[in-house]
Parts: sequence; structure tokens; C-alpha cells
Amino acid sequence: MWAFVLKRTLIALSVALTISVLCFSLLQLSGDLALSIGGPEATAEQVEQIRVEYGLDRPVVQQFTTWLWGAVQLDFGRSYYYQSEVMDLVVERLPVTMTLGILALAIALGVSIPLGVVAALKRGSWIDRAAMTIAVTGQAMPNFWFGLTLIIVFAVKLQWFPAAGSDSWQGFVLPAIALGYYATPAMMRLTRSGMLEVLEADYIRTARAKGLRTGTVIFKHALRNAVIPVVALAAVELGFMLGGSVVIETVFSLRGLGQLAWNAISRNDYPVVQAIVLIIALFYIVLTLLADILNAVLDPRLRAR
Amino acid sequence: MAQILSPQVASEQHLVAHWQSRLFRSTLNNRSLAIGLLIIASLGIVALLAPWLAPHDPYLQNTANRMVPPFWHDTGSWTHPLGTDRLGRDYLSRLIYGTRISLFIGLVVALISGLIGTTMGVLAGYFGGRVDAVVSYLLTTRLAMPVVLVALAMASLIGGSMLTVTLLLGLLLWDRFAVVARSATQQLRDAEYVQAAQALGCPLPYILLREVLPNIAGALIVVATLEVANAILLEATLSFLGMGVQPPSPSWGLMIAEGKTYMFFQPWVITIPGCALFVLVLAINLLGDGLRDLSAPGGRNE
Amino acid sequence: MSNLSTAEHSAATSSPLLTVKQLRVDLPVAKGTLHAVRGIDFHVERGEMLCLVGESGCGKSMTSLALMGLLPRKAQVNANCLNFDGVDLLTVSERERSNLRGARMAMIFQEPMTALNPAYTLGNQLCEALRRHQRVSRKAAHDRALYLLERVGISAAEERMRQYPHQLSGGLRQRVMIAMALMCEPDLIIADEPTTALDVTIQAQILHLLRDLQQEFGTAIIFITHDLGVVARIADRVAVMYAGEVIETASAKALFQAPSHPYTQGLLRCIPTPGKTLPGSRLQAIQGVVPSLVEKVNGCAFCNRCDQADERCHTTPPLHAVADGHLSRCHYAQQLAKPAPLNAQEEPL
Repeated sequence: MWAFVLKRTLIALSVALTISVLCFSLLQLSGDLALSIGGPEATAEQVEQIRVEYGLDRPVVQQFTTWLWGAVQLDFGRSYYYQSEVMDLVVERLPVTMTLGILALAIALGVSIPLGVVAALKRGSWIDRAAMTIAVTGQAMPNFWFGLTLIIVFAVKLQWFPAAGSDSWQGFVLPAIALGYYATPAMMRLTRSGMLEVLEADYIRTARAKGLRTGTVIFKHALRNAVIPVVALAAVELGFMLGGSVVIETVFSLRGLGQLAWNAISRNDYPVVQAIVLIIALFYIVLTLLADILNAVLDPRLRAR
Repeated sequence: MAQILSPQVASEQHLVAHWQSRLFRSTLNNRSLAIGLLIIASLGIVALLAPWLAPHDPYLQNTANRMVPPFWHDTGSWTHPLGTDRLGRDYLSRLIYGTRISLFIGLVVALISGLIGTTMGVLAGYFGGRVDAVVSYLLTTRLAMPVVLVALAMASLIGGSMLTVTLLLGLLLWDRFAVVARSATQQLRDAEYVQAAQALGCPLPYILLREVLPNIAGALIVVATLEVANAILLEATLSFLGMGVQPPSPSWGLMIAEGKTYMFFQPWVITIPGCALFVLVLAINLLGDGLRDLSAPGGRNE
Repeated sequence: MSNLSTAEHSAATSSPLLTVKQLRVDLPVAKGTLHAVRGIDFHVERGEMLCLVGESGCGKSMTSLALMGLLPRKAQVNANCLNFDGVDLLTVSERERSNLRGARMAMIFQEPMTALNPAYTLGNQLCEALRRHQRVSRKAAHDRALYLLERVGISAAEERMRQYPHQLSGGLRQRVMIAMALMCEPDLIIADEPTTALDVTIQAQILHLLRDLQQEFGTAIIFITHDLGVVARIADRVAVMYAGEVIETASAKALFQAPSHPYTQGLLRCIPTPGKTLPGSRLQAIQGVVPSLVEKVNGCAFCNRCDQADERCHTTPPLHAVADGHLSRCHYAQQLAKPAPLNAQEEPL
């Protein structure tokens, strides 16, 4: 078990290192940084001064190690546009994105697991068909368009929720739905197929042969085993949601990491972009690692490895 | 010991478990396959015949005729069945030409990413060991990168255009191909006909292309449909955020972005291109579901 | 039918634990209806070991699942009588049925590797059966499980209780399954090929154990198997099934001494006998194939494979009583019942 965790952690660390190299290359590709920082009005002397000040005159490898050393200490340098520490910007925006992501995941799990279980139990019934229809149609809707439609219907027409902003919890409802529904079909299908497979397992027959009540058979014996792959998927989906927040936060004008990223991209503010890509990648890595560990906790057979 | 061997080894329990689901599924999925194919074929024809089908020039601006609503509105007219946009361009014509962009990007992206992913997956699955370790590592790294964010950042660096979007997505979306090709090849590696080919001394490219590839093609085609759909949605997303296909091209995502300001009063400006995207992606997904069940009959309905 | 009633009358000193009359199981399949069990009769006395023998597909597993009420919902179960110790299993509600399951009738399955839930400890799975049916404390259930684990020959039982199924070998898991079946002291245990998936040495141990436990606890066991070698070792009585029918029932002794159905005789000829079957000689096999049970079977189901079949065999044979408690579904049962010719036929080719 510990060897497994250690091995996974080492892989995670090296993946993180690779991604930080890629992020740094992104910075280098963005052209002459000193020119970008100085802005269009800067004179050649000022640009040269900036170059020295930011250490841009040093060899690339040295710049990378400096940057990486900073990144390890959670210091990603200064934003060109906001003229403040990147980390301060990130820390300020992170809670919004995390709230959004966790809410979206909760919605996705809350819909997909019960629906998947019922669809599997009542296979071929109208509920099953309705669930499968939701799954197929859900996967075909672009999430920015779904978000805009939610705004038109629930914010403009019905005025149940605000169209934008993250000042109150109501502001999170629509974006969380728009972000969460996209993960729902995959998790619902996985729950359904997992339940179908598990319900045919020998140990379910054993449980029924013991005279256990239907509820005990379904929830204690079947769901517990069917849900194991869903947990792993949920962690991965949360990672995707943090990445996808760039779209939803833009649509709903939420002051989160995604919106910061989009603003930074459109303003060529690369230290910020670089930091956010790395942070979201790190989240994903940590989440998949957690999912593996959680799987091992849920499935005793994996613990031996 | 008398081991009674029956030639009719149809185990009763097996029969019980599978008869109904199979019957139900095959009819259901043949239907979804048929519907999916029908829609895709019609949209393909629309894309090919766009110049003849479109009632107007999709780029022609007419400031006198801006924001005309579609025909079902009181003020709508049949001159512009789906109305006009803020620059007075015919919405239906733009929609028809937009089909070309979505289909082109979807297909080319799936082709590029399929080539990359399949090559990596087959090599990893066939050789295992160190090759597999390297591919798995690349795969993990790729999966950890947020696609939308990276694509946005790169597109803004290089400058958004149809070509950039296609190349970027092609270089980013190979992960599922690699995963599927790898596990399918791993299963094939020990198959008798592959070992027979090895024993006969067939050259490696022959084994990979003639023995392995045809047998994993079914699974790869299913992935390809998924990736076409995925690429179309991502192109729309990038264009919507302004980093994808650039104006005045009639990309559906861009049409939604351009209509965003007017959506509160005239929702059809985003509803129409949104529905077009939805129908196309739905059709591709239906096709994929149908194909999946054809290639794995009686398999898991996941 | 008159044969049946006389046979039953003589066998019954008190009422049997389980009486099955004309049990039929039909399953809808793609091509029509599979008549998996086609009207079988048998009974189980208290505390006896009845072996249900037959090849795969003959309906023996279907019979056991029908008795337990574990068949899928689309399966149709009909019978003239399905009586378990005074309870009519045909009309009993699903709720009462589940009160019987595990408590008064328990089941041991063929595949010990997959029959236990991988997510829970053995202790958990053992105790839940008891606590479902009886109001006992956690401690009492634990003690009972511990006692039974020790009784079925598992060492370090206390430690095993905390382990998960994957940490045990197949033989050990089957012992756990047996302990689990015994948790509520059932009157009847149905063991569906419990030793088939195990190594030969483990198989012998498990057979011994079942035989011992049956005698110690006075539990009746329906032992389902395709292996006549196993039958010879443990059975009190035997019912031979073929193509969804019971074609011969007898005490184990009578069956092996005087098999009265060509199919049973054929099966016995397939067994190599130490000292008699020469090394390298071919074992006999029964020629032909089992009739499809999707269509209606006319006449004797075995007639297409029987070398003694004639015109008469195209009519359905009734159950003939060849001796006290020995029934055979063959028109020529009386002639076949003479034990002498069998040994002659058993000579190696």
C-alpha cells in the first residue's frame, strides 16, 4: 500500500515537473517579454532596464531554475497587467473556482448516481430510457451555450437567480449546473453499467440467498462495489471542471481562476497564464492521486498491491 | 470420476442473463445508428452543397436589414428564413456555411489525433516495457493539462484561425486514442495469429499494420466518433471565447459569441446556432453509441 | 402416477422436509421458451443427503434456484406441489420467502472465488446472515461465526474474521460459505456443485466436512453434482436428471448396484474402475446429443441416444417402481433392473 502511494507520488511529481517545463516554454514562446512588460510607450533604454530587472538577460536554463525555485515556494512572479504578485491574484480568485467546482461535482454526483442506480434496477423501463436520453443529449450540449440558455430562462425570464456575480450563494447555482451537467452523463452511464454488472455478480446471489432485504442487497452489497470506478471518475471530472471553469466563469462573469486566466490570455499576461495552467494541472494530479488512494480504501483487493 | 461432457454447453444461467438485454439493445442501437447516420449524411450534403443551398452570401452585410427575426416571428419574413445578424447577414446562409467549418475541423482533428494516439498506443501495447512506460508518462502528462486553457493560451500566442485551432486540437486530443489502442493491442499481442505472424518472421510493420491494426480498428472508430464530437464542441468553445475561428467566418461558436449581447431580447440569435451544434454533436454521439454496440455485441452497455 | 404414490407412501415415515411434484421452470429465450425443468418429482427427508446428478444444462441448477426463489423474475415456475416443511413455496409472499432464505434453507454455490462480496470482511458477511433473521447481539453473532469458522476447519478464525475474501484460497472460501450457510442452523442446505471449482484434494476435504456437518447438525442437504464419483461417496439417495426430467431415483446403494435407466447405466460405464479399466483403453462415452429443450420433447428424451430404444420409446414413459423407493422413467425399467449384465458390459474394449 505504501509502496503504491510512494510510486504514484513520484510519478505525479515528475509529471508536475514536465508540465512546469511546458509552462515555462509557453512564457518563452510569447515573444520578447521585456517589450510586453514595458508596454508600447517604453523607450529602448527602459526596455533594457526591465530586461535586467526581471533577469531576462540571463540564459534560459538559469531563468527556468529561478522560476521553478520560485514556483516551488508558490512564488510565480509578478503579473504584467495587474502589477501585483501572481500568487496574490490566484489566492484571491481560488475560493470562487473551488466553490464552483465542488458545487458542480455535488450536482453531478447527486443526479448521476441515483439516476444510474434506478436505470440499472429498472432496466428497459421508461426511467432507464429517460436516463439514457438525458445522457445522450447532455453530452451533445456545448456548456457555454447551455450556460447562456440557463441565464435567459432562469435569470432573465423567471428571475429566480442572478445572471452574474459571485456575491451570494444564488450566484453559484446556475454556473454550477452549467458546469456540472457535462460530467453527469459519463458518471451516470458508469453507475448504470457498474450496477448492471454487479447485480449479476455471484455475491449478490449469495446476499439474496442469505435472505437479506432488497435494500440491503442493493445498497450494501451492490452499490458499494459499483460506485468504486465512479469515485475515480468523479475526481478526474473535478479536475476537468477546474479547467473548464474558464468557459463558465466567463459566461457568468464570476471572479474566479478561470476568468482571471481568460483575462490574462487576452492581455498577454503570461506569468499569470503560466501559473494558472500549472496550478490546475497540479490540482488534477493531486485529485487523480487521491482517487487512486480512495479506490484502494474502497476496494480491499487493491490494498495488497 | 465421470465428467459428463455435454456438447450443448449452453449454461442456463447465461441464457437467462443475456437474452433480453441483447435483443432490446440491438434494436435500440440500430435505431440510434440509423438516426445518427441519417442526420450526419444530411448535414454532410448541406456542407458540400453550401453554395447552392444557401439563399444569400453568408458574408454580405446589409446595415438596413439588421436583426431581422426568423420566419415564426410576427415581423419575420421568408426572404431571411432564420433572420439576419447584427450586420444584416443572412442567418440561414451563415448556418449552412458553418456546417463546413464544424465538420472539417471535427474530421481533420480526429484524423490528426487518431494518427498520433494510435501510433503511440499500438507501440506501447505491442512492445510494453520501456516504450509503454514512456507512452504512459506522456499520456499522464497530457491528461494533466487543462485542454481548454492550454488551447486558449496557445491560440492567443499563435493567433486564432481555423488552421491553428485544427492543429492545436489535433495535437491535444490524442489521449483517448492512445488509451484504447494500447489496451486493445495488449490483448492482441498474445493472440495466436499475431504470434503465428511473429513465428513466421513477418516484418514488424507488416504485423502492426496487417495483423494488429485491422483488429483494433473497430474500437478506434468508436473513439474517433467521440473525438469528432469533442473537437466540434471545443472549436465552438474556442471561437466563442474569441481565440478560435476569427470573424467574419460563420463558425457556430462565433455566431453565439456575436449574438451574446442581443440574447436577452432576441434569444434566437444564440438558440439557432446552439441547436445546430447540438443536433450535429448528438447525431455523432448516436452514431458512436450504435457503432460501439455493433463492435461489441452483448458487451457492456457503458 | 399410481407408482409414485405407492413409492412415496412406503418411504414416508413422517412427512418429508421438502416435497416437489411436477416442478416446471420455463424461461423465455430469443428462439422461444426454454423448458429448463419439465415436471420433476422428488422429496427430501429430514437430515438426509440427496444427490441431484446430471450433466450441465439438464436443469439441476434451475431446480435449486427455483427452490430458493432466486430465479430471475421472467422465469416461470409451476408445480403441483412445492412444500417445504408445511410452507407452500408457490403461494408464499416474497417477504416470507426471504425470511426462509438463509434462515431455514441455505445455499452454497459453485464458485467460492466470486460468491463472497470483495468489499466486506468475512466477519461482516457471516454475521449479517444471522442478524437479519434473529434478534441477536453483535457479540453473539460474532461468537457464532467464530465457532462455525473453527468448526469448518479454519485456523486462526478470530484473525480470519477481519480478513477480506481475496486474502483466502478457494478451499478456505468454500469453508466460509459453508459456515455462512450454517449460521442460522437451517433445516435444508442446497449445495450447487460446491466442490467442482476446487482441487481434487481440497474437494475430498470439503466432501468430508459436509458429510460430518450433515450428521452433526442433522441438516438435510441437496447436493447437486455432475460427478458420480462424488455421489458414490456421500449420497443417501440419488435423483438422476436428464433433459429437465428426473429419470431415476433410488437409494445410492440401489442406484449403483442396479441402475434401471439406460442413461444411468451409460453414465456408470463412463467411470473407469481401478483394476478393471486397462491403461490406455478408451473410456466409453454416450453417443449423440441432448435434445433441445426449447422445442417440445416427444416420447422418451433419451431415446435418440439409447441403443435399446424401439418404437415404444416414442411415447413418454411413466415412472416405474423397480423396487421399493427405486423409480425409473424407462419403458424397460424392469428388465434393466437386473444387476448381472452390467459387469459384463463393463469389461474394457
